[in-house]
Amino acid sequence: MATHPGGLITEVRPAVRTKQLVRKFGDRIILKELDLTIAPGEFTALLGRSGSGKSTLLRAVARLDHTVEGSGELTVPERVSLSFQDSRLLPWLRVLDNVILGLRGPGARERGLTALEEVGLAGRDRSWPHELSGGEQQRAALARALVREPELLLADEPFGALDALTRIKMHGLLRELYERHRPAVLLVTHDVDEAVELADRVLVLEEGLISVDLAIDLPTPRSRRDARFQEYRDTLLTALGVTQPPPTA
Amino acid sequence: MTDLLPTARTGGPAVLTKGSAPPAAPPQEPGPPVARGTRRRLGPGRPLPFGRLIGPVLLIAAWWAASASGYLDPRILSGPGSVISTASDLVATGRLQDNVLISLQRAGLGLFFGVVSGVVLAVAAGLSRSGEYLIDGPLQIKRAIPSLAMLPLLILWLGIGEEMKATVIALGVAVSMYINTFAFLTSIDNRYVELAEGLDLSRAQFIRKVVVPGSLPGFFVGLRLGVTSSWVGLIVVEQINATSGIGYMMFQAQQYAQSDVIIVGLVAYGIFGFASDAAVRAIERKALSWRRTLAG
Ligand SMILES: Nc1ncnc2c1ncn2[C@@H]1O[C@H](COP(=O)(O)OP(=O)(O)OP(=O)(O)O)[C@@H](O)[C@H]1O
Ligand SMILES: [Mg+2]
Repeated sequence: MATHPGGLITEVRPAVRTKQLVRKFGDRIILKELDLTIAPGEFTALLGRSGSGKSTLLRAVARLDHTVEGSGELTVPERVSLSFQDSRLLPWLRVLDNVILGLRGPGARERGLTALEEVGLAGRDRSWPHELSGGEQQRAALARALVREPELLLADEPFGALDALTRIKMHGLLRELYERHRPAVLLVTHDVDEAVELADRVLVLEEGLISVDLAIDLPTPRSRRDARFQEYRDTLLTALGVTQPPPTA
Repeated sequence: MTDLLPTARTGGPAVLTKGSAPPAAPPQEPGPPVARGTRRRLGPGRPLPFGRLIGPVLLIAAWWAASASGYLDPRILSGPGSVISTASDLVATGRLQDNVLISLQRAGLGLFFGVVSGVVLAVAAGLSRSGEYLIDGPLQIKRAIPSLAMLPLLILWLGIGEEMKATVIALGVAVSMYINTFAFLTSIDNRYVELAEGLDLSRAQFIRKVVVPGSLPGFFVGLRLGVTSSWVGLIVVEQINATSGIGYMMFQAQQYAQSDVIIVGLVAYGIFGFASDAAVRAIERKALSWRRTLAG
């Protein structure tokens, strides 16, 4: 069991706050007293090398890490939605039933149908998940995340398994849905371009701490050919150790 | 790129360009090898309606032919004709129906109790650690001891009446229900469990939406084995001091050397087994229509 001294305080503001969050697997400390605050409605992307602990942080924020050892304080809103790299639709439920799984209250079906319409899957509600293409499955998963009207949307490489074209379309869709519903978003990604294109703030996780916290001050929709887009991109790639910093002296 | 994909499914001569005008003509000469027709299929072909009946029908036809041509001595095995007339005699006197009914009742009772207890045990063992520690061991031991080996003990405890008969059948059914349901239940993908936790499902919702559908394929495997084992159990218990049932009818026939009555009994057992398996398959196909498998 994870120990969380200070317990879990659920309040409205801010959307996420972690204080000295520690998570470890055996002797390996993955998160080292990590402090992070995300404001309501803020779109944040989380970058980091493979194995740097992005998923570990996300699962901690999602409170899905019962078995992970750790400590620290964590504040999250009441309604948190989670989307995974795989769409994770239950193969034995039809698309609509997947979307409204666990949804309480009246009008669940109507809300589910509206959500499917929003992601461009109107009329596919009676399909089985295996009858959808990969991109459509991922859109259904997005509908499932949004139908709960989350205050916080956590997404772990949601587009990782998609082809380049579908990815571009999904970026547009995600941004559009974000503008409409305005949840706080924490998007884990490997793709620096994706982060700069979608997020208003980009974090880099390194050695168990947030090493870069960069506000992206560009109007949307963003063009990758924009010179400032390139600047942000280079800064982040350097922070990730991909390109050498330009010679300064 | 797509223009280079062979138009495989048409089966005709492969045309390299789709649409009308080929803008940049693809190389016509040596070029890459072109696939024709569809690929070799590795799964079985499309199912035929009632295809499953073909095997049994051929078997009966061969039996018919063998006895009609005199190749089969009627003292060893009567032909289908005399078996049918014996069967209609048995129906006319009501003897067949009465015995079939009592046999069906025994097998049905045993099957029912076996299925219910097997599934309950599997769910209890699959969803809680203490359940697993308490239940799984004894059932694995029980699995190694055929119910029939416990027969002397059960007769000692329960006598030779109907309770003993239903219990013997139920024990066999419960074990195969438990083993298969439990195996599928515990192999439900952990990612689905994580999903359910992420969606804040209650335990009841989790069982209804994830556990039950996820272990349903195992339930059906268990059910088909269970149905078979209920017939096997039935045949055995009907040899023991029974005064009714198909087994009893056959036992009597043996005393009077009525091989055609014995065959009627065997055919009845065969029909039971075949029909019940077909029924379980049909239910399974309906319940698991979301699955795409090799069998299609
Ligand atoms: N269940 C586990 N048991 C032991 N070690 C683990 C476990 N899960 C993750 N780790 C380790 O923790 C570190 C961080 O893992 P995590 O999955 O958070 O990385 P990540 O940043 O998401 O990587 P990626 O970008 O490849 O998904 C890795 O070194 C990994 O080996
Ligand atoms: Mg990860």
